[in-house]
Amino acid sequence: MRVALFVTCVNDALYPRTGIAVVRLLERLGVTVDFPDAQSCCGQPQYNTGYRREAEPLVRRTAEAFAGYEYVVTPSGSCAAMVRSHYPRIGRAAESEGRGPALAALAEDLAPRVYELTEFLVDVLGVTDVGAYFPHTVTYHPSCHGLRGLGLGDRPRRLLAAVRGLELRELPGAEECCGFGGTFAVKNPDVSAAMGTDKTAHALSTGAEVLCGADNSCLAHLDGILRRQGAPLRALHLAEILAATEEEPLV
Amino acid sequence: MTGTYLGMPAFPDAAREAVRDEVLRANLRHATHTIRDKRARAVAELEDWDRLRAAGKAVKDHTLAHLDRYLLQLEAAVTAAGGTVHWAADADEANRIVTELVRATGEREVVKVKSMATQEIGLNEALEAAGIAAYETDLAELIVQLGHDRPSHILVPAIHRNRGEIRDIFAAEMGDWGRPAPEGLGDDPRELAEAARLHLREKFLRAKVAVSGANFMVAETGTLVVFESEGNGRMCLTLPETLISVVGIEKVIPTFRDLEIFLQTLPRSSTAERMNPYTTMWTGTADGDGPSVFHLVLLDNGRTDTLADEVGRQALRCIRCSACLNVCPVYERAGGHAYGSVYPGPIGAILSPQLRGTGSEIDATLPYASTLCGACYEVCPVAIDIPEVLVHLRERVVQGGPVTREGIRVRIRPADGHTAERAAMRAARLLLDRPDALRAGERLLARARRLRPRRLPGPGRAWTDSRELPELPERSFRDWWAAREKAAREKGARP
Repeated sequence: MRVALFVTCVNDALYPRTGIAVVRLLERLGVTVDFPDAQSCCGQPQYNTGYRREAEPLVRRTAEAFAGYEYVVTPSGSCAAMVRSHYPRIGRAAESEGRGPALAALAEDLAPRVYELTEFLVDVLGVTDVGAYFPHTVTYHPSCHGLRGLGLGDRPRRLLAAVRGLELRELPGAEECCGFGGTFAVKNPDVSAAMGTDKTAHALSTGAEVLCGADNSCLAHLDGILRRQGAPLRALHLAEILAATEEEPLV
Repeated sequence: MTGTYLGMPAFPDAAREAVRDEVLRANLRHATHTIRDKRARAVAELEDWDRLRAAGKAVKDHTLAHLDRYLLQLEAAVTAAGGTVHWAADADEANRIVTELVRATGEREVVKVKSMATQEIGLNEALEAAGIAAYETDLAELIVQLGHDRPSHILVPAIHRNRGEIRDIFAAEMGDWGRPAPEGLGDDPRELAEAARLHLREKFLRAKVAVSGANFMVAETGTLVVFESEGNGRMCLTLPETLISVVGIEKVIPTFRDLEIFLQTLPRSSTAERMNPYTTMWTGTADGDGPSVFHLVLLDNGRTDTLADEVGRQALRCIRCSACLNVCPVYERAGGHAYGSVYPGPIGAILSPQLRGTGSEIDATLPYASTLCGACYEVCPVAIDIPEVLVHLRERVVQGGPVTREGIRVRIRPADGHTAERAAMRAARLLLDRPDALRAGERLLARARRLRPRRLPGPGRAWTDSRELPELPERSFRDWWAAREKAAREKGARP
């Protein structure tokens, strides 16, 4: 099987290790991975802040970059939800306002082909045990866009539970937002920090070594708070845990 | 809306103060989490919740699509039942109508059953200016009124007050409004409730005029419906001689049968109760039973303009249950006052900027008072996609565009203060639309990684004030991939 990796702009620039982990993991599971170089950002920062027209060229770019792939896999629930839930709407609005010819068709064509990593593993490949080994205590924060936007349900937790050596600890108040929210973190910094501090306090209360999530933007916010506090807890993307094996442990 | 809300600071500034208030945060956290958990249990009891939710949405959407027809039907039914219908285009007109109606009775005081519509238009202040005293009789509204305060929650207006604060307010203020609080009043909830009961009983027995809102109006029968928990509202709706109901036009539903949906979804969503404690219905007037004079003031005040917006109109489905407030992590930290409106929380963040327009600073910042986490949409019993409307209104704030104001389609300009942000968004888009430029930018970033500052200047400071910046990688994913492909090609592993 051949898939296209939609690495996302945040992972490309700031968290390449997550992208590398997805490549290692998928190849280990027998999947051929392509990285269409024309991809960049899905346009979510623009769209969510109210700059819908600024997002339109990025919608087109993304849809064209992944044309022809049956499966587009991304290690970000947030970007997957953007494509699946909002792309068709953006395409239709652009066309109705006389811009972006055929953008609706392009967007609607891409939307159902984009899979968040855990969806792809569980639903398409049909695996929950990916052969990973990670001998640490882990607590999992389900980011809002994955949880409510995509309805990922217990897929990430099932994948984590099957990792050898891993002890999963339930995060109190797991379903509450971490307070990142894209530009919210800058536009409402006090509320954002208050929410993030409550989230990290819950994570610390589990005594786990690792705070795991499936969206590096939320994790950047939480990890930033933890490091500012000097807290003994590291934030880590789910893909990096799933990519780790006894032979090739996480470094 | 009301004078008390004029000059409100932007949401981020108001929220900053609230976040620092430890007592307020503890009060809010306790109250929202308690009711949030109870609601979840009450909703889980119903196997057909999803279908009830869809039915409520459908009834409301259908009514809104034919609002003119149902309002005229309602007017005919109310009139036939002995009531008088008045139409108010805005707050001033509604206040004028109510003031004149009260004046005509010769009375100088009215009792009120909790009504958000009258708070929206600032009726109490308008009546006061006309020399008429309005007494709130809902317990929480009484606390807010006696405390010279503003409501901070739809269902629990005094959610931000703890019982010690309430005791102090009662002891200090009740005497100025009527029967004083008993000597040596403590902060036991029973004692507080008894003090309020004695204070209010005097008002109920004296009042000749009552002012109410309504949760629903039935077009078919002309029936108005109020849901409340204490029975104080029922006192207002049955004892006085004259009843004046001020109701937003979006509260109409077609038939009596439609109530069956909301009788199930509203109490569970708001108070987490299976059945509402006091549901009062009145249809016009009846000889020897209840008020002998009934006036219905139908309030527009921005609703028709809101209805003209294809995305934003879903906010008019709201049945004021407050489930979205109780589940909202931003409301939980910021409290209701930060929203600068009688409608706080997620629903307020989409309703106020539509009813009032996005011209003021508070209204222009409300659509950003959310992380778009989606919890509000998930609990909404009429499935209002609040995140969708928030993003839609953000677009209106930063890009301007067509809106309807007083029935006329106009194009508004972007709100002030977004010039730098707009430039940054455009620059980002230009960079992101050119992968070669993106790659160059990433390489520059990687080379400068050792220079990464601990504190950022400008808007970035808001991030680094409380968070470290991410470590910068040695190279981007894009470069790692290119290098790997090159190595594979050299080995002949890739074509």
